[in-house]
Amino acid sequence: MAIESLYNKKVMEHFLKPKNLGEIKNPSGVGRVGNPVCGDVMELYLKIREAKSKKLDEAKIIQAKFKTFGCGAAIASSSMMTEMIKGKNLKQALKISNLAVSEALGGLPPIKRHCSVLAKEALQRAIASYQKNKAD
Amino acid sequence: MPAVYKRFKKVGQMRVYLDYAATSPVKPEVRKAILSYLAQDFGNPSSIHSWGRKARQAIDEAREKLAKLLNCKVEEIIFTAGGTEADNLAIQGLVSKYWENRERFKENGKQYGKQKSEKGKSNFQFPTSKPISNFQELISLPHIITSQFEHHAVLKTCEILEKEKKAKVTYLKPNREGIIEVESVRQAINPNTVLVTIMYVNNEIGTLQPIREIGKMIETENKKRVKEGRGRIYFHTDAVQAVEYFPTDVNYLHVDLLTLAGHKIGAPKGIGALYIRKSTPVSAIIFGGGQEGGYRAGTENVAGIVGLGKAAEIIINEKKTPAKIQKLSEYFIDRILKEIPETELNGSRKYRSPANVNLYFKHIEGESIVLSLDLEQVAVSTGSACTSLALEPSHVILSVFDDPKRAAGSVRFSLGHQTTRQELDFTIGKLKKVIKHLRKISPYGQSGQKRG
Repeated sequence: MAIESLYNKKVMEHFLKPKNLGEIKNPSGVGRVGNPVCGDVMELYLKIREAKSKKLDEAKIIQAKFKTFGCGAAIASSSMMTEMIKGKNLKQALKISNLAVSEALGGLPPIKRHCSVLAKEALQRAIASYQKNKAD
Repeated sequence: MPAVYKRFKKVGQMRVYLDYAATSPVKPEVRKAILSYLAQDFGNPSSIHSWGRKARQAIDEAREKLAKLLNCKVEEIIFTAGGTEADNLAIQGLVSKYWENRERFKENGKQYGKQKSEKGKSNFQFPTSKPISNFQELISLPHIITSQFEHHAVLKTCEILEKEKKAKVTYLKPNREGIIEVESVRQAINPNTVLVTIMYVNNEIGTLQPIREIGKMIETENKKRVKEGRGRIYFHTDAVQAVEYFPTDVNYLHVDLLTLAGHKIGAPKGIGALYIRKSTPVSAIIFGGGQEGGYRAGTENVAGIVGLGKAAEIIINEKKTPAKIQKLSEYFIDRILKEIPETELNGSRKYRSPANVNLYFKHIEGESIVLSLDLEQVAVSTGSACTSLALEPSHVILSVFDDPKRAAGSVRFSLGHQTTRQELDFTIGKLKKVIKHLRKISPYGQSGQKRG
């Protein structure tokens, strides 16, 4: 039986050959979410360039990398999230919903939807850590 | 497209099934034995005519084979629709019979009470009498002892009995080797204990439980109870994963109830059996036509029963398989522990089923291993097949180690009679590749040397 009956082709692609895998040295922001009890841990690293306007919202994500401990859907969601936020400013990036990540992957099985939520939370936390660094 | 074909062929050459603990293929001899009962010999065993008699005879013969395997009487074997139903029948049936008996006592008591109150001056009942009697009922609920890492067929049944206030349950914690110690069972026994149910071989981590020792300890306890005129403790074991590899003589094991499942031993799915020792108080939980001595209504699964009988016969005659599988799994464990760093075997190395190898690969999550191996044509599982749809980490590994990371990162390889050394070598090759790749993705993994 083809694997597609479990995860679709797009999910499998991102699982087998994840994009933007790894860490960033001296990141502008890091978001770490989840715990092994729920089965998934995600670490998202961002390199952010300040906007000329100095407005926080307009700062741009120029690099995003991740590391994930989790199931196929968690790894694919992290990979897709990094792809989607690259080149976006913080305001645009925060508008990306977990549903958008799931849709970009061609849909996740219902019991795996929380994996896309985790990716969204990792992004929120990474951006928050950047903003906190700036504010300090 | 010769290249594509070649690649397909290369993939097609080897497909490895290492999930025999989830289910096993029907053995060819079993398939052969069953076929006529799916065709010309289709009769209902309850029918009087020749079709019916033929089916009845087939069931009788299968029951004899099973009785031989378990060293018990034929009438002590009840065919069920599988291991789960047999577990339910053993536990629910015993508790239900307990309440039936108790109701009978209560009825007698009521009549006695009535006579008394008729003699008395008023029928006034003290308002607190009801809560008190409820309270007394509550504190004298029948008590069951089981373990935290039983199969869900046992755990859920116990939980429901607790919820319905039909029983109190103690869930024993296994030790770090994945074994329930006899002493912990002994200590959990109280005057209300009516049932101990401990699995023979754990379905996830494969550890062997000291069933015979527990059985003997309970027997000693029962001797005391009988002397004091108290009720007995009955002992049930779910032997689903043990039948092919360990002694199943119920007298040697000192068990009163024992569960078997067909599809783990080369018979089809949908057939199982419960051994009920004579005079063990068990009520039916499925009602209808009174088949199986009144213990299990419903037209018998004749083909399944014939298959289970045949599978039992094969186990009786086939003495070499366990040793062969033992050798293979030893080889497999040794190589993996040596060649894949940061890997541990879950559960005792000494007291385990030769068919089960459960490994903890540090830093990575089990599902991603299973998924990756599946793409490499190797079938394994995280925990039991029944829990893989749930999101919770394995309750078995949690009960042994209290470590959610280990529970999430463990994978079960289960071997069967068709497993070969070439298959294991192939699996180890693929596994090394997969583990290396996934550790690169993990935030816990060693990227370079900087993390432990």
